[in-house]
Amino acid sequence: MAKTYQAGVKDYASSYWTPDYIPLDTDLLACFKIVGQEGVPREEVAAAVAAESSTGTWTTVWTDLLTDLDYYKGRAYRIEPVPGDNTAFYAFVAYPIDLFEEGSVVNVLTSLVGNVFGFKALRSLRLEDIRFPIAYVKTCGGPPNGIQVERDRMNKYGRALLGCTIKPKLGLSAKNYGMAVYECLRGGLDFTKDDENVNSQPFMRWRHRFEFVMEAVLKAQAETGERKGHYLNVTAATPEEMYKRAEFAKELGAPIIMHDYLTGGLCANTGLANWCRDNGILLHIHRAMHAVLDRNPYHGIHFRVLTKCLRLSGGDHLHSGTVVGKLEGDREATLGWIDTMRESFIPENRGRGLFFDQDWGSMPGVIPVASGGIHVWHMPALVNIFGDDSCLQFGGGTLGHPWGNAAGATANRVAVEACTDARNQGRQVEREGKEVLTEAAQHSPELKIAMETWKEIKFEFDTVDKLDVSR
Amino acid sequence: MDEIRPYNATERKGETFSYLPPLTPEKIRKHIAYLIAQGWNPAIEHTEPEKAFSNFWYLWKLPFFGEKSVEKVIAEIEACHRTNSGHIIRLTGFDNFTQSRGTAFIVHRAGY
Repeated sequence: MAKTYQAGVKDYASSYWTPDYIPLDTDLLACFKIVGQEGVPREEVAAAVAAESSTGTWTTVWTDLLTDLDYYKGRAYRIEPVPGDNTAFYAFVAYPIDLFEEGSVVNVLTSLVGNVFGFKALRSLRLEDIRFPIAYVKTCGGPPNGIQVERDRMNKYGRALLGCTIKPKLGLSAKNYGMAVYECLRGGLDFTKDDENVNSQPFMRWRHRFEFVMEAVLKAQAETGERKGHYLNVTAATPEEMYKRAEFAKELGAPIIMHDYLTGGLCANTGLANWCRDNGILLHIHRAMHAVLDRNPYHGIHFRVLTKCLRLSGGDHLHSGTVVGKLEGDREATLGWIDTMRESFIPENRGRGLFFDQDWGSMPGVIPVASGGIHVWHMPALVNIFGDDSCLQFGGGTLGHPWGNAAGATANRVAVEACTDARNQGRQVEREGKEVLTEAAQHSPELKIAMETWKEIKFEFDTVDKLDVSR
Repeated sequence: MDEIRPYNATERKGETFSYLPPLTPEKIRKHIAYLIAQGWNPAIEHTEPEKAFSNFWYLWKLPFFGEKSVEKVIAEIEACHRTNSGHIIRLTGFDNFTQSRGTAFIVHRAGY
């Protein structure tokens, strides 16, 4: 029986609140944390979010009747209280897969975190999690290489990778910068990194940097007999410029390049990931701007969602936070999103902030990168938290060594190997960390002086974005 | 301020655990036990030092699929060493789930 048209405004809930709906395996599921305007029922607010992020608008329009909206509409199918919080609630919304263009994280986000975030009926809105159906995952390219391919290419097995961001962040000349890279790599690091704001400024144009840095990488590689890399940042103002830099990095024999996926944008990122897949280059991903989106517990997009978006868009490394360093990161929540980066199937686990099962099928994993205010004393905890499939990056913790970069690199390398060795020997690395490092320092003056230098530095501030639990 | 110590000329290294003192026999035993406990298959590879940079070293026999005995692996490492003195020998744990290597580390350094 065909419907008839009636102009006017209807409750959102009448079409978009469907508590009896059982989500399909192909539906894209989302969990929002919502604070509604006072006096508006939660079901109505949840339905409004489902409507405004899918097919609905504020009034009925006659063209609705030219299609089958029941096929396309998003449905709010469940609401739950937020533990320990009377003002907010979780709304679960199911979106039919055909609402989204295949292989386009851009398109998914445009719907799910588009207009709806400015919607007046809400006081605040946060996208907590998304379940991407395997049918959608299969349409995305994902990481251009993945963890195993990176290990095979770089010949690194059975331990975490080690990196270092070259400092000062800005202002070095290309040749001095290359020198700093060389010293780190010859001292025992696997990777060095362009800081995210290093693009192509007047003090150091990209081409000069690429040339000097690659000379440093290749020399350190020949001398140590180990494979080395430097994340050459190809983030640029335009896609054309980005690809130009990537092509030159390839020409110089760079094994890895780098992109800032939020400031550069997901369209550029997905394109660059495709380019990396075609050209056999690893892709390190920086996440500048993420805290703008993810730090406020009542607004924005949770980092676990940004993680999933990056895994779909493509990248072989992604910064994850350190838990123990200078930057924000709750331990259980961090474990939740590093699982999301690396594993093939991640079950729902509210204790880690995971609202849905997530099946990645055969999509390769992303290596979590722990970076920010970490030094040798953090190594036992880092090895325990992150395990082998991770990249531990010590910027100040390498370059700030009293004897220089090479000694700082050696100190970190000795520390990571000592902790990994101790773990394999059956020791409790985190609990016995001090003894493990002290023993290793007996054979390494570089580690000993590093331990003396950074003994007292801790970053014990409370996390702003905590998991929601009753307190 | 302590005296700054100059960093020595860069030495050739051998990836995992090569910045630690050579592994003692007792440590090697525990590493093998760890490798086996992960469900990986032990394998022995060796090479002349000058060819060590290649991804591909000589495979000693075949990977010891399903081997549970640490002592048998040790005996194979020793047999490989006797036949190929002067070669670098590494132990690899093949992980058939990831289709990669769970670990790989040198058990005989060049010149030992």
